[in-house]
Amino acid sequence: MQTHRFDVVIVGAGGAGMRAALESTKRARTAVLTKLYPTRSHTGAAQGGMCAALANVEEDNWEWHTFDTVKGGDYLVDQDAAEIMCKEAIDAVIDLEKMGLPFNRTPEGRIDQRRFGGHTRNHGEAAVRRSCYAADRTGHMILQTLYQNCVKEGVEFYNEFYVLDLILVERDGRKETAGVVAYELATGAIHVFHAKAVIFATGGYGKVWKTTSNAHTLTGDGMAIAYRRGLPLEDMEFYQFHPTGLAGLGVLLTEGARGEGGILRNASGERFMERVAPTIKDLAPRDMVARAMVAEVREGRGAGPDKDYVYLDLTHLPKEQIEAKLPDITEFARTYLGVDPVTELVPVFPTAHYAMGGIPTNVETEVLSDNDTVVPGLYAAGEVACVSVHGANRLGTNSLLDINVFGRRAGIAAADFANSHDFAPLPEDPAAYTISLVEGLRSGAGGERVAAIRRDLQQTMDLNAQVYRTEATLKEAFTDIQELRRRYRHIAVQDKGARYNTDLLEAIELGFLLDLAEVTVVGALERKESRGGHAREDYPGRDDVNYMRHTMAYRIPGAGDESGVRIDYKPVTITRYQPMERKY
Amino acid sequence: MTATLEPTEAPARIEPRDVTFKIRRFIPETDDDPHWEEYVVSAYPTDRVLDALMKIKGEQDGTLTFRRSCGHGICGSDAMRINGRNRLACKTLIKDLGTGEITVEAIKGLPLEKDLVVDMEPFFAAYRAVKPFLITDGHEPTKERLQSAEERAVFDDTTKCILCAACTTSCPVFWTDEQYFGPAAIVAAHRFIFDSRDAGAEARLEILNEKEGVWRCRTTFNCTDACPRGIEVTKAIQQVKRALIFRRV
Repeated sequence: MQTHRFDVVIVGAGGAGMRAALESTKRARTAVLTKLYPTRSHTGAAQGGMCAALANVEEDNWEWHTFDTVKGGDYLVDQDAAEIMCKEAIDAVIDLEKMGLPFNRTPEGRIDQRRFGGHTRNHGEAAVRRSCYAADRTGHMILQTLYQNCVKEGVEFYNEFYVLDLILVERDGRKETAGVVAYELATGAIHVFHAKAVIFATGGYGKVWKTTSNAHTLTGDGMAIAYRRGLPLEDMEFYQFHPTGLAGLGVLLTEGARGEGGILRNASGERFMERVAPTIKDLAPRDMVARAMVAEVREGRGAGPDKDYVYLDLTHLPKEQIEAKLPDITEFARTYLGVDPVTELVPVFPTAHYAMGGIPTNVETEVLSDNDTVVPGLYAAGEVACVSVHGANRLGTNSLLDINVFGRRAGIAAADFANSHDFAPLPEDPAAYTISLVEGLRSGAGGERVAAIRRDLQQTMDLNAQVYRTEATLKEAFTDIQELRRRYRHIAVQDKGARYNTDLLEAIELGFLLDLAEVTVVGALERKESRGGHAREDYPGRDDVNYMRHTMAYRIPGAGDESGVRIDYKPVTITRYQPMERKY
Repeated sequence: MTATLEPTEAPARIEPRDVTFKIRRFIPETDDDPHWEEYVVSAYPTDRVLDALMKIKGEQDGTLTFRRSCGHGICGSDAMRINGRNRLACKTLIKDLGTGEITVEAIKGLPLEKDLVVDMEPFFAAYRAVKPFLITDGHEPTKERLQSAEERAVFDDTTKCILCAACTTSCPVFWTDEQYFGPAAIVAAHRFIFDSRDAGAEARLEILNEKEGVWRCRTTFNCTDACPRGIEVTKAIQQVKRALIFRRV
């Protein structure tokens, strides 16, 4: 076992982690731990853009952006946080441009902007051009630009280090942060990183579902580690299903396709979004579009041999526009479905995409251990965190914004904390839990396979906890998860080696997925209303009297599959927008 | 307005078939040398090679080791030599590889660590060496720097790079001369040398003018053929060479 000491340790090297690292490295001795290489992070898969009220192409302001974010989030957004994000958005975009990001340009040479779902002029009058973009690879360009600047600033990376535990110590009756424990993929060695401050920027957990836009590596590690250490997870029942995944595969096709004029059609060619959102039609927020698509299929108007998808139609757009503004998604459709979007309709269906919930933080990105107690030295930013700027449904482009605004804030806050505090002492045997986790799985002799349990988990979640839920389906999912957790105890890892043991790590990741699936399903069962991304068919209306509050899920400690979930609630911060009916 | 256009013909249902994979295995703890192993797996013609590898790992042999993440050609984790050509396993469909057996081995020219995993550090070291970041001089503007659409178009192609190393590890010069920067690093340099906002071209050209630099390229076009992002890699390298000769960008 090796021990390292840093002022700040950042876990994850996607957009949030690297944006934090750029701030933290300037101010304090910082290490970034990533289970991949930084440029492999899933920020790179984001396509459509990053919204900011630059008003480069038409009138706009950050207050309209804030309103859209709050309304898009079905009023579960903490409005003080949304205000900060939308205000700081403008500088966040300019900062990226100065770092070198090659945004598309207007004829005047300014950053170009395009329309995106739920982003409107003057509180819903019409769609507004707010998304700053680089073709349909904005996330790729953000990830590359941030990595390039990390190279420039000499940021210290530990690549292919899997963080498996967070070290919290009790001092004067409260939790403090002392570091993390990591597993080095290349050697199998366990490393303790003693740190004054830790930032979690580990991303989401889309692999709980079968059909997902998420990478194989998005297994919710940061969320699950925090949860196992007794910290709550907020609003986990709010998970976004992106409307336009390639049918059957889940590969993402940007909402920017509809921003450029693309239209959704059912089997008979009808533009069904006209019925659902008469004003902004196909550019309604994602939760509404996803529900409309599922409804079309359920009511028999789906396309294809099994009538189980709808079409994205770009055929009326000029070829040059498609190839210049949407080159990547055009290639995805050609490669994976053999369909050319220039001349053919593209089969699409909702795909598990983004966690609105996560580790609760305040606007300074400090992690909370209950509704308002800060854990000193612990920070979280990006998809792993719940500030909450996305509420019950995130607007398109606001995730790239979130990682830049709150990633930057986390880097500054963690470094400032480290510069004004001493190290919390490490406990007696800081790696004990990690070693027993790793060795327990490596020496497991049962007959269960990781891939089989993961497949069964993903199947039940797709079937029972997807776009629409009911008490019955959620109970079904819950029962299945309990059974899968029992099976998980009898898992056998075939690779017993020390070097590059991805078999072992997949088993650990599956444990994280099982925990998070349970929290998601229990939260969904307890929320007896429909709001944003959480649609209960047995409770179709939004219930502001009983559920205008965040869910806080705590782990009830217990050995193995004996643990359970305790649900509590936290008030929503409302500053200027009272809840109203959500129409577009 | 509701258009009533003719929906595309629904694709015919497809059936899976047994596909034989020959994979070059190497377990560092037990093997002295790499060896080939065969696996038969049921796969749909439209499956990705990555899907088949994951199926083999999940159902037959958990020790089979490879890197993967996004699964759709964006993260650059799974560059491999498939049927003798460098490609991304997640962007290569079974049906595009003919009907015979499919061979899979690690990319060449980087130290082999285990099975399909190589040490990427030399590759990233070459990337870092060409100053792959915007270098500016003069006062920072308060808003964005201006750049015309035409100026941006000059380097658009090389911004697509995902650092998968498919190009560099397909280059015969790189195989024999480990000092050579390789195509990917030159692509990264190109992306900044030809950016109208950048003032660091001179420094980068100086680095690329050294003996390990751009002049080692013998324009075999392997890199361009291998690039899963369709970047015209050889053309970019030629543009850098020309910039060196005429010392202007």
